[in-house]
Amino acid sequence: MSRQLLTGNGAAAWGARLARVDYVPAFPITPQTEIIETLAAWLETDTMDGRLVTLESEHSMITAAGAAAATGVRVFTATSSQGLLYAMEMIYTVAGWRAPFVMINVSRGLAAPITLESDHNDIMAARDAGCLQIHCATCQEVLDSTLMAYRIAEDERIRLPVIVNMDGFYLSFTREPVELPTVEEANGFLPPFDAENVVFRASAPTSQAVAVLGGSPYSYFRYEHHLAVLKGNEVYDEVAAEFAERFGRRHEAVEAYRSEDAELLFVMTGSFATKAREAVDRLRDSGVGIGLLRPRLLRPFPETRLRELLAGKQAVAVIDQNLSMGKGGVMHAELASALYGQPDMPPILASFVGGLGGRNISAEEFFEIAKVLQTAVAEGKTPPPRLLYTRDELREMRKLQAVAQVEREELGGGR
Amino acid sequence: MSAREAMIKRMKDLPSTHLLGTGTPMCAGCGGLEALHEVYDVLGENSVFVNAAGCMTLLSVYPFTPFRGSWLYTAMASAPAGAQGVRDALDILLEKKRVTKAEDLEVAVLTGDGAAYGMGLSATSGAIERNLDFLYLCYDNEGYGNTGQQYSGATPHAAKTATSGGPRGFAGYKKDLFAIWVAHKPAYVATVVGAEPLDLARKIEKAKQLTGPRLIIALAPCPPGWGYDPKDSVDIGRLAVRTGVWPLKEYVDGKVVHTKIPHPRRPVEEYLSKQGRFAHLFAPKRNEALLAQLQAKVDAYWAQVSE
Ligand SMILES: Cc1ncc(C[n+]2csc(CCOP(=O)(O)OP(=O)(O)O)c2C)c(N)n1
Ligand code: SF4
Ligand SMILES: [Mg+2]
Repeated sequence: MSRQLLTGNGAAAWGARLARVDYVPAFPITPQTEIIETLAAWLETDTMDGRLVTLESEHSMITAAGAAAATGVRVFTATSSQGLLYAMEMIYTVAGWRAPFVMINVSRGLAAPITLESDHNDIMAARDAGCLQIHCATCQEVLDSTLMAYRIAEDERIRLPVIVNMDGFYLSFTREPVELPTVEEANGFLPPFDAENVVFRASAPTSQAVAVLGGSPYSYFRYEHHLAVLKGNEVYDEVAAEFAERFGRRHEAVEAYRSEDAELLFVMTGSFATKAREAVDRLRDSGVGIGLLRPRLLRPFPETRLRELLAGKQAVAVIDQNLSMGKGGVMHAELASALYGQPDMPPILASFVGGLGGRNISAEEFFEIAKVLQTAVAEGKTPPPRLLYTRDELREMRKLQAVAQVEREELGGGR
Repeated sequence: MSAREAMIKRMKDLPSTHLLGTGTPMCAGCGGLEALHEVYDVLGENSVFVNAAGCMTLLSVYPFTPFRGSWLYTAMASAPAGAQGVRDALDILLEKKRVTKAEDLEVAVLTGDGAAYGMGLSATSGAIERNLDFLYLCYDNEGYGNTGQQYSGATPHAAKTATSGGPRGFAGYKKDLFAIWVAHKPAYVATVVGAEPLDLARKIEKAKQLTGPRLIIALAPCPPGWGYDPKDSVDIGRLAVRTGVWPLKEYVDGKVVHTKIPHPRRPVEEYLSKQGRFAHLFAPKRNEALLAQLQAKVDAYWAQVSE
């Protein structure tokens, strides 16, 4: 083990290198590019043994990734935002092929309006595709999760793509100290990919991804796929336990911070959860009994674990860095469906949406959210969903609008 | 000329074992299936067909397949990228000695014209530019057949389709995919038709011996889409060649060569009048202007072909 200062992108590239990936189909998109540039540099100098091919789109990139995995090599790829959406047809398709590979998604807000900065609407759009999803909060986690993801993806009970998610800018471009396993340590944890009989070989002709006729075989294969994703809960726990044993770092499916004796809880994913963590400490200092739950595993959704952790609590604030237009925060709805009707669940489940397009969530906002929860508990009433936005922001926004209006009038387009 | 290519000179040199199974859900008289049969006989079973959405997707329906070799269905736009993944993976496995040379496969893409001329064109262009070692077979039935024969980028001028049903038929002109492919300078490009099996087999034989991108467009007469009786499929294929509507040619070593120049060239009308999709050119009243225009276009093509 050695220690290096790495960005999240650097950690992802190291994860692929230590996983000894054979094949990297690629396509550039900010903020993911550093990952493929790093791998390209290693592959070109023979520091790494494998092949990187730049496709002409992410749709093709994911097709090639799935096809290569279906031929029996270890595949790594990475994308972000518009790239993930452009690839979406094939994300669903290759998951249906049961092609195991690992993809990093560097989360970035979706157009329109176009932005480079982070939120989780991109990765949430892939929620139902049939890939597993691991969400990271630190650069160390990006590296560790990449190695774990191969073990899970290639497990004979799973055999599916796993997406490892990190936040653009906040993780992708932030340098943190990262413990790097040695090659031997990584090899000990992750054996070579054994595709067994799901490959293309002259001696063993196979048809993969064939059509079906009728709803019955279709349903069968879709249910099988769903059950395999659900199996991910068990396989994840096994792999995390072995990882902890070998490397001394435990990455639970749901990270619980000061939750045991808490009455109130924040629920958040990704790197912004570290902001929530700091807020928890400050709130604890002032006597508020609050904690934090951070699901790392989003697919499968670790329902049982979340129920255990939330049993007996008074109120939960789900802070979603995504927005399902016309509904609200996605994780809020997911958690509600996991908790509803179960014994001893918190009566208050409040929804907050924030951090869209890289917008900060300040300590004061976390304090305010805690206050809303306390009031809700006192009144016994779930508050309406809130879209986080401050008065100051709105004032700045009004200024921009005023400038836009002046410009329009100057150019003669005004009404 | 290599030894193997020299072997296919006459009809009796064509392979006598037929590799593709029967009982597929393709229509009776399907010109695409006819071409695929002939291609497969030459290409052989040590192959994997990477397919895009279209009629041929229904060749392999769980749990059946007519292929003795392998098959991978992808999606409408990205079959060439699927071929890239399979080819790259096989190359990596061979390089790292994780499989033997005997396990290697010829990677073939199989798509319709809708995918080849349109949605999948950027994936094809990318694969050619990366010099992918693969064979692309486009069966060109001149429309989106599987969805009911709407017009595509391959539909000829004046043809009636499900989305060009007016009195003048399709207003656009068939895209020159051969020229688009040739502009990429790949290893090999050819046009074929199942009704000319000798020409087809010789081209596939030649393509098989080359490496790099090798691309084949097979005109695929389509009884339901073109409006004629299935028994006339072969005739219509032959007429496409003899009227000069479908020039048989190949591009190799930087040159385009016509492999069968029709002498004498029959009037285009003979080809058109056999198909329901052109019936409006003849009834209720002959559309002399349009017929003359279609003939002139074919004449102009052959005028620039040096023999
Ligand atoms: C992305 C996408 N859009 C549309 C379709 C619907 N679709 C299936 S087959 C097909 C026609 C394909 O035409 P072509 O490539 O010419 O093949 P053919 O059907 O004629 O055999 C279409 C439009 C699809 N499968 N995928
Ligand atoms: S519609 Fe045409 S191309 Fe499709 S199977 Fe039938 S004959 Fe063949
Ligand atoms: Mg077609």
